Amino acid sequence: MAKRQDFVVRFAGEGGQGVVTAAEALARIAADVGYHGLTFSTFPSQILGGPTWTQARISTIPVLSPGDAVDVLVALNEEAYEGHKEDLGENGVVIYDSSFTPKGTGHMFGMPFDDMAKEAGDIRTANMVMMGALANLVGMSIKYLQDFIVNRYQARGQAIVDANMKAIAAGSQRAAGTGFQIGEMEPPTRPSYKQVMIKGNEAVALGAIAAGLDAYIGYPISPATPILVYMERNLVGPGKFAYQSSSEIESIAAIIGAGYAGKKSMTATSGPGFSLMSEGIGLAWMAEIPCVIVNVQRGGPATGLPTKSEQSDFFAALTPAHGDVMMPLIAPGSVEECFYASILALNWAERYQGPVVLLSEHSMAERSQNIPKPDLSKVVVEARKVYHGNNGSDGYFRYDGYELSPMPLPGSPGAYVANGSEHDAIGDTTHLPQRHIQMTQRRFSKLKLLEENVYERDNTSSPIALMPWGGSKGPGREAYDRLRAEHVDVAWYYTMRLHPLPPKLLEELRQKDLVLVPELNYLGQFASYLRSQGVRAQAITQYVGLPFRPRDLVDRVKEMVGASRRKAVTV
Amino acid sequence: MSAKNPEYDFKWCPGCGDFGVRRALEFALQDYTAFHEVPMASNVVIAGIGCSGNLVHLLEGEQPFGFHGIHGRTLPIAFGAKMAQPDLNVVVVAGDGDFLSIGMEHIVPQASRNLDVCCVVMDNGVYGLTKGQSSPTTDLGVITSSTPYGKLESDLNPLDYYLTAGVTFIASGYSSKPKDLAKLIHAGMEHKGFAIVHVQSPCTTYNDTYEQLKGNAKKGVESIIFDVPAGHDPKDRDAAHRLIHSGKIPIGIVYQNESRPTLDQRLKDLQGRVKTRALQEQLDAFEL
Repeated sequence: MAKRQDFVVRFAGEGGQGVVTAAEALARIAADVGYHGLTFSTFPSQILGGPTWTQARISTIPVLSPGDAVDVLVALNEEAYEGHKEDLGENGVVIYDSSFTPKGTGHMFGMPFDDMAKEAGDIRTANMVMMGALANLVGMSIKYLQDFIVNRYQARGQAIVDANMKAIAAGSQRAAGTGFQIGEMEPPTRPSYKQVMIKGNEAVALGAIAAGLDAYIGYPISPATPILVYMERNLVGPGKFAYQSSSEIESIAAIIGAGYAGKKSMTATSGPGFSLMSEGIGLAWMAEIPCVIVNVQRGGPATGLPTKSEQSDFFAALTPAHGDVMMPLIAPGSVEECFYASILALNWAERYQGPVVLLSEHSMAERSQNIPKPDLSKVVVEARKVYHGNNGSDGYFRYDGYELSPMPLPGSPGAYVANGSEHDAIGDTTHLPQRHIQMTQRRFSKLKLLEENVYERDNTSSPIALMPWGGSKGPGREAYDRLRAEHVDVAWYYTMRLHPLPPKLLEELRQKDLVLVPELNYLGQFASYLRSQGVRAQAITQYVGLPFRPRDLVDRVKEMVGASRRKAVTV
Repeated sequence: MSAKNPEYDFKWCPGCGDFGVRRALEFALQDYTAFHEVPMASNVVIAGIGCSGNLVHLLEGEQPFGFHGIHGRTLPIAFGAKMAQPDLNVVVVAGDGDFLSIGMEHIVPQASRNLDVCCVVMDNGVYGLTKGQSSPTTDLGVITSSTPYGKLESDLNPLDYYLTAGVTFIASGYSSKPKDLAKLIHAGMEHKGFAIVHVQSPCTTYNDTYEQLKGNAKKGVESIIFDVPAGHDPKDRDAAHRLIHSGKIPIGIVYQNESRPTLDQRLKDLQGRVKTRALQEQLDAFEL
């Protein structure tokens, strides 16, 4: 039997029982020994209590989605068992805390985690009892766990190392005694490159700092808060400024003020806060002020689903304000892309002098993953064109014609009025029709500066294409690889540059009979936008608050490809 | 500047109080730049939306930087600009509708931070540009286009509100005395902290209060304003409170607290105190 390439462990219990820690510890250990680890969590919007679960997917090669079926379910209470047993795959195993006995049959066994940990000598080793059992179930040598313990705890004394070793052995023996196996895991191959274990939100924060961010102003909101927290701690130093605002209305206006005064500025929020920023984003567009707005999408309108995953803010992000506006829009598709998307967003804002929206999403923002360590020496940072001319009689024209003008900095020559009302070349308010025509065209023509032909493509000869966006890239790519392995003729396209789209990509998409767009919303928002651009696009939607599962996408793509081909034959 | 621009078609009504405020601000900006020997370009005027906000386009002589943003958000824009460049002299100009109704939520945060900006609030007790609706400072019972049967809300006492909010410099002025007003605005600019100069600036079209402000002995109309007495100590918060509640509007510096550091000073202190990691170190911390 072929060895396993990956397995998924889900930890389910009550908030505060350590299920997040357990999954992250597992992913971290796996990554440390050379596997690839990726966590996925969903939890209630409360601190303690409420049903919570986190899962870790461990694989021999990098993967970008939380995976399909659950191989091992660690259930810490009865509710957790009942709520998740349906997600178990074939031959899946349940490990339950011995404090309860699940009603049901199948591969399951109880373990008194805390008692076993105490017996090993330290109650804090309960996670290691779990890890020992898991290693046994997937036929992974406990040597890796032991090495991890030595590396991690040696400095803290032999007693803690011994306790952890005992815990691992106890867990492993208990699992071995059950005779259950979910298939042997391939041994790990440690990548040759350096890696970091990081979450999407942290990658966005680091990317922004790498791009030269000066000012960050934000208001706490799930799931974007970790960006604020990171900035408050790290964006400190001469000329730098991170601050918690009194509302998202204040956040957007304040980063516009900072951007106007010459700083690279950013805020991060989620749906409700993004809605509040609407008018301010329009102001940044109108007055041509560089700034970046990160929207870490959650689910639903209003308060919606604060801790779930959805991609339902595409429309809102593309045209967030009243009047004729269309935001430059970047949507990273992986934790790694979060870092580079953040750099790109700041570069774009300075390059075209206006607001840029970075669209992240909950599942990516809160996911821990090992990714290649970014090489800071290769980061390209773009600076603003600054006005250094004389003020006064020679006249400075901030908004002249259709071309970008260098921006003056308050305190230096080139005084003008940045204006949210329609204005002329020096920023004076005007109502002349020809001026509104010229200025509207000017604002849109600047988007040309952001057109870059950067995108992924594969099997381009197929008339049918799969083109996910944002976080659906991960499950989309896995589905694509499986479809190709089954010889389904479908092409692959992907870009994080959602607006303006790479012109050559758009050209290619227009040639296709059908472009399938997996996206986590009801309306099929990106597909709808692509149709408006002359692409025969159709959405594959899901709005359950969770990311796609690759196997579901495989089924739905096959169905739609089949239907399209039958239609083509009929015609 | 814009008065000479044929494209710019906004005009204040004849007799509008905002003319006097504009003149006073021009004097104050000149005094400030002369006193500190800095260029006019080191001043930034951040304007609200309404008749008053147009002041930023109507300033004559050498031009400061300007920002004419969106309704109610002068303070957040000023907050971002000031923290970006603490050496700038940031001045907010707004009306009672912009500053005290839609923009009200932004006053307390700036007061708590003691943001070092100077606000010039032009209070005419009415929404002029939208043609005469009631504002927070319109008196109870007054008939306006949006209160056709009389206003149902009590009027706000702005000075009392500023004092309660913790604003560290509170002055009250009158648009018909531009030279006196200029001194108050300049004092507000010099104040290290959050300064508000609240100005009675009548609307001749929708709420003409000149007679009440000046008084009319012939008609037996007593003026509703009085000069802050020479002996008043602006540091004395209780005395400021008594002035504000004297039944009439005091004109002059009502309150000044110079003991609180500004936000930019606190940030500077923090930067001197906190040791942060360079970006490479931050990234290394995530390495496996």
